[in-house]
Amino acid sequence: MMGRIFAAVFRREVRLAWRRRGQLLQPLMFYALVMLLFPLGAGADLALLGQAAPSLLWVAALLAVLLAQGPLFSADLEEGGIELWVTSGVSLSWLALAKLIAHAMIVSLPLILVSPILAGWLGVSGEALGVLAISMALGMPVLCWVGALGAALTLGLPRGGILLALIVLPLYIPVLMFGAGAVHAAMEGRPAGGALVLLAGLLCLGASLAPLATAAALRISQE
Amino acid sequence: MFHRYAALSSPRHFYAVAGAWLPWLSVLTVLGFAAGLYWGLVVAPPDYQQGEAYRIIYVHVPSAWLSLMAYTVMAGAGLVALVWHVKLAEIAVYECAVLGAWFTALALATGMLWGKPMWGTWWQWGDARLLSELILLFLYIGVLGLHNAIADPRKAARVASVLALAGIVNIPIIHYSVEWWNTLHQGATVTRFDKPAAHSSMLWPLLFMGGMFILYFSTVLLARIRVRVLEQEADRQWAEEVRNG
Repeated sequence: MMGRIFAAVFRREVRLAWRRRGQLLQPLMFYALVMLLFPLGAGADLALLGQAAPSLLWVAALLAVLLAQGPLFSADLEEGGIELWVTSGVSLSWLALAKLIAHAMIVSLPLILVSPILAGWLGVSGEALGVLAISMALGMPVLCWVGALGAALTLGLPRGGILLALIVLPLYIPVLMFGAGAVHAAMEGRPAGGALVLLAGLLCLGASLAPLATAAALRISQE
Repeated sequence: MFHRYAALSSPRHFYAVAGAWLPWLSVLTVLGFAAGLYWGLVVAPPDYQQGEAYRIIYVHVPSAWLSLMAYTVMAGAGLVALVWHVKLAEIAVYECAVLGAWFTALALATGMLWGKPMWGTWWQWGDARLLSELILLFLYIGVLGLHNAIADPRKAARVASVLALAGIVNIPIIHYSVEWWNTLHQGATVTRFDKPAAHSSMLWPLLFMGGMFILYFSTVLLARIRVRVLEQEADRQWAEEVRNG
C-alpha cells in the first residue's frame, strides 16, 4: 500500500515534469547564461577563469536550483492537492519523501549532465571533470531538499521569493564548500575523496530529515 | 511537580510570576555587570602579548557564547511550540531570535574591533569563528524575516520554529565545514590566539562575565515575553484587569 502510494506520487511528479519540458529547461538555461556572464565580466583570462571555475560552477548551479524551488508546492496549494495530502491519513512525510526524490532527480539531473560541458568551457579538464560531476550528483539533491523545505515554509506568502533565498542560502554553505572544495582539490592534484564522502554524508542526513521537516511545514501551512 | 510547570505556562500566571521576579533579576543583572566589568577591565592583569587590547574579550567571548546559547534556547522553545503548542514557547522563539541576533552582531562588531590591532585588518576570511558567526547572523535574520512575513502570530511562530530546528541541525555542520575549508585552502596561517591555559586571573572574570550575560539574557527574555503575552492576550479578561490596574 505504502509502496503504491509512493510510486503514484513519484510517477505523477515525473509525468508532470515531462509534460512541461520547457519549464524543465529553464534552470538549465539560467545556469548556462550565468556561466556565460562570468567570462564576459572577468575578461578572457583563461588562467583566472580556470582557477575560479569550481566556485563559479557551484555558485551558478546553486542559484539555478534555488530558482527552481519557488513553484514547487504552489500549484499543489492552488489545486488543493496539499489539503488532500494532509487529510488523506497517509503519512505526510512519506508523501513528501516521494515528491522530494522525484523533484531532486528532475531538477538536478540536467544540471549535473550539463556541468562538465560548462566546466570544459572554462578550461577545466581531466579528472576534475569527473569529480565535478560526482560532487554535483551528491550535492544537488541536498540543495533541492533544503530548498524544498524553504519553499514549504514560505508557501503562500506574498514576496516569498526573496525570503526563500534569505532563509535557504545560509543553509547551502556547507554543500557549496565541500562541493567546490572537492573540485579545487582535484584540479590541484590533491585527493578529493574526503570532501566527496562528507557530501555523501550530507546527502544521507538530508534524505532522512528533509521529508520530516517539509511535512511539518506543509501541515502548518494548512492549519 | 508537573502541574506547577503547567500552571506556569498559562499566560496569565506567567505574567504575574515574571512580574514579581523581574525587579530582583534586573537589580542583580546591573550589579553583576558592573562588578564583572570592573573585574575584567581594571583588576585583571594585562596580557603579556596583547597588552590592554585583549580586554575586549570580556565582552566579545560572552557575546559569542550567548549567540549560540540563544539559538539553542530558540530551537528548544521551537520544539516545545511545535509538539505541545505552548503559547509562551511560541513567543519565546521570536524573542530569542531578536536577542540572539543582537548578541551575534555584538560578537561580530567586537571581534572586528579586536581584529584591527591584532591582525591589522577588520575582517579575516581565514578565521573560522568569525565566519561562522556571520553565517549565524544570517540564520537569525532568516528566522526573523520569516516570522515577520506571516501575519498570524501563532502560525508565524510555528513556521519559524521549523526553520529554527533546521538551523540547529545545520549549525555544527556549518561550523565544521568552515573550519575544514580553512585548513583545506591555506593551512594554519591564521594567528590563533594562544589558547593554552589562559591564566586563572584572566579566566575567572571571563567566566563571571559569561554568567552575567546569561543572567542578562534571561532577564530581558522574561521581560520581552511578558510584554508580548499581554499584547497577544489583549482581549482576554485577565489582560483587561492588568490594564485597568
